[in-house]
Amino acid sequence: MSQSDWRSNRPPAGGVQEIGRVAPRADAAAKVTGAERYAADYYPENYVWAGVKRAGVPHARIMGVDTASARALPGVVAVLTHKDIGGKNRLGIFEKDQPILADGVVRHCGDAVALAVAETKEALTAALAAIRVDCEPLAAVFAPEEALAAGAPIVHEGRGGGNLLLESEICFGKAREALAGCRHAVELTVELGWQEHAFLETQTGVAWQEADGSLTIVASTQTPFRDRLELAEALGLTLDRIRVTAPYLGGGFGGKDGVTVQGFLALAALHSGGRPVKIWYSREESILAGTKRHPATVTYRLGCDADGVFQALDCRLVFDTGAYASLGTEVFALALEHAGGPYRIANVAVHGKIVYTNNPVAGAFRGFGVPQAAAGIEQAVDELARVAGFDPLAMRRKNAVGCGDTTPTGVVIGRPAGLAECLAQVERHPLWRERQTWREGAPPFKRRGVGVAAVYHGMGFGPAVADYANAKLELTAEGRITVCAGVADMGQGNATTCLQIVSHALGQPYGDMELVLPDTARTLPSASSSASRTTFTYGNALIGAAGVLRERILARGALLLSFQLLAPVNAAEVDLLPGRIYHAPSGRSVPLKVIAGFMDAAERTATYSYTCPVNRQAIPTGGNLRLHGYPHRIFSYAVKLARVEVDTLTGEARVCDFLSCVEAGRVLNPQLYEQQLHGGAAQGLGYALFEDFAVSGGEIATGDLATYILPTALDVPDMETVSVAVSEDEGPFGMKGVGEVVIDGVLPAVANAVAEAAGVRVTKGTLTAEKILAALRAGGREATR
Amino acid sequence: MKTITLTVNGRPEKLTLSPHRTLLDVLREDLGLTGAKRGCEAGECGACTVILNGRPVNSCLVLAVELDGADVLTVEGLGGPEGLDPLQQSFVDNFALQCGYCTPGMILMGKALLAKNPRPSEDEVKEFISGNLCRCTGYENIVKAIMAVAAGGERHG
Repeated sequence: MSQSDWRSNRPPAGGVQEIGRVAPRADAAAKVTGAERYAADYYPENYVWAGVKRAGVPHARIMGVDTASARALPGVVAVLTHKDIGGKNRLGIFEKDQPILADGVVRHCGDAVALAVAETKEALTAALAAIRVDCEPLAAVFAPEEALAAGAPIVHEGRGGGNLLLESEICFGKAREALAGCRHAVELTVELGWQEHAFLETQTGVAWQEADGSLTIVASTQTPFRDRLELAEALGLTLDRIRVTAPYLGGGFGGKDGVTVQGFLALAALHSGGRPVKIWYSREESILAGTKRHPATVTYRLGCDADGVFQALDCRLVFDTGAYASLGTEVFALALEHAGGPYRIANVAVHGKIVYTNNPVAGAFRGFGVPQAAAGIEQAVDELARVAGFDPLAMRRKNAVGCGDTTPTGVVIGRPAGLAECLAQVERHPLWRERQTWREGAPPFKRRGVGVAAVYHGMGFGPAVADYANAKLELTAEGRITVCAGVADMGQGNATTCLQIVSHALGQPYGDMELVLPDTARTLPSASSSASRTTFTYGNALIGAAGVLRERILARGALLLSFQLLAPVNAAEVDLLPGRIYHAPSGRSVPLKVIAGFMDAAERTATYSYTCPVNRQAIPTGGNLRLHGYPHRIFSYAVKLARVEVDTLTGEARVCDFLSCVEAGRVLNPQLYEQQLHGGAAQGLGYALFEDFAVSGGEIATGDLATYILPTALDVPDMETVSVAVSEDEGPFGMKGVGEVVIDGVLPAVANAVAEAAGVRVTKGTLTAEKILAALRAGGREATR
Repeated sequence: MKTITLTVNGRPEKLTLSPHRTLLDVLREDLGLTGAKRGCEAGECGACTVILNGRPVNSCLVLAVELDGADVLTVEGLGGPEGLDPLQQSFVDNFALQCGYCTPGMILMGKALLAKNPRPSEDEVKEFISGNLCRCTGYENIVKAIMAVAAGGERHG
């Protein structure tokens, strides 16, 4: 079974759009009419349902899985265990530690033990209920300190290093001695909880065997090409036997960065009697089995001299990766690299550990470790400013990194950096300038505070893993341009930006191009949609491919013209205009359709491979982080401001205004850029105030959207945005990634505002009304007018 | 099994259904109308919103067999051959979507609100759509898109 026309999308008609101008989203029309087909919307003919039997216990030895009674039920097609898997049954990026189906040990409640395939959802539910799992409970660990204690139960038996996934240290100067000599110093510990991605489209997909036995998988995934690699190894298949396509995602945010349902889909499709299979997690299963933002405990000691110049930082970051590594080591490395914030600090000791537990699995989530680091350093900076008597914004300006400076973790900023400009913009902004008047205007029983945070975010994969993209463009036989996108669009709009880039580079109308979404059979490997690198890397590759195609069109056009004019025509005299080429000396034009007719398919297809330059700096410390991404070359910068009103009777904190001032290079599409600022701020406000993810004994207490509270339209304030556009000349048209720096620092900006309003700092997890009220009570400010 | 007849997007449909199936599943699995999205199956997210007899409902909470004689409007029933509904166009123009998964539900909520209150305040819009979750946009542009149609009826027809 195959479908031929299903990956074509055409943007709304329009004129030639230029970079920097607002172009309508290419996906908007299909999304507002309900016509867009997400992975969830595939119902192949004669399909069957697949579903997963979950462990339900945090740590156990599996003594046996009885599938016989489930198999015997009417409508059940297959019931599968790890014994049905032909390959290594291990998924993972660096640490290949996660089985598709558990083989011997359960390591968290969401572990998959068996897979059922059935005619209907009802038969599937019955089959899953009838599978008997005989488990012998094992002692479990639910916190990093427990997991690292001598004699602690080991999550991955036989693994060298036990429960310690990775430990590292980045040190410069003499942090502890320098701290002792500081005029002012503070110490602060911040505990951060899990955050659920809560994309509205839960993990889903369909799969089927083609006539030749190869597999086609349509999945909601950020990583179609890497999925194929992981699946081939885990299932014992060769790469060319697996095709993965990625329609537009109903949200991703990192939670679909890697295999979610794809292993189940592939396995089920190999045992479904040739019928297509569909899987679609319920919300509860999505929360149970999906990855989350890492919980972390970060302890900061920061000191400055009499002038407010930072002198020393000593910090410890402990991350809980849960039962599996997922992208934990990479998240951890980015957190450590950013642990000191975007400042100049000479004496630094950053120490970190990331630890296995029997908790839910943590992994990639927009921000990728930086939100946790920023929560520590940005609250420490505010505390230091308060203790030393400095204005918190002025103190940040005094210490901010710029081009040529060295970050606390030793990275020499060798590229343009707009943090100082962001800080200056916020300082001039009315929300900051008029803060005193606003504070004083608090109504009875309310107290108001204004908080800021400054952040930066390294873009891309770092020095060890090639950050590459392979762009592909086609001139169709009809003379139109087809853009074959190698990177998934999870909603951020990079498909639109790709079309804008090609439109600009080839001078062809934006609305007249075709788009092919990621498909391992039709587009080329271009790595993940993640790490703030998607448009940067793929866009650079597209510019290269456009150059190749332009040259071919002009050369072929010049040849055609020379036949018409009976005189040699130099390609340099020919211009590429919308839909045609134009030869100024003769005034003649040739339509692209005619030119395409003289080119064979291979000539009409242009590809270009681009690999990001990396930071080659030799850093004498933190060596084991290098493989996981440290150090970065290019950073985006931002300053966040929150105005918060705290109710002294209830403890409720309401964000009244929020400002994001972001420097992420030149802006390719102002509206898409602003969308990122809005969305990142809202998700960060959820992290700060609402999304209190609760786990006890490895079991999730907030397992649905009635108990895990996402911000609604009533909870999100008016959001102001300011763009500081400093050109990053290595980026396509001067851009840098913006997708993650927008969420970094939202929590500490809010926390700093709450601390100012309440007079007491809440440092444990989500800033719920209960905790703030307790803080008000402790500080004697409860029910104060 | 029970047989019902109802109208979906102006078309009569005759369906024979087992009693436990939801309107959402019937729309998606039997009628091929996948514009109504499944996000939670518990009435918490609003992605499955459709308009039933003039009122917005979470179609995941409605049993289809109860709908004999009912009138259902899904996002596919908006607009027409001549183009998008003004509110759909406003969502495009105001960049009121990113991943787009909540969009059909949000648009139908907007239609329902404007049908009973053509000039809502911004707070009324926020209140009305507060049962519909969006994880991408922060709601700002969604509110703007609904307000643009409310305020500028002339501009948007």
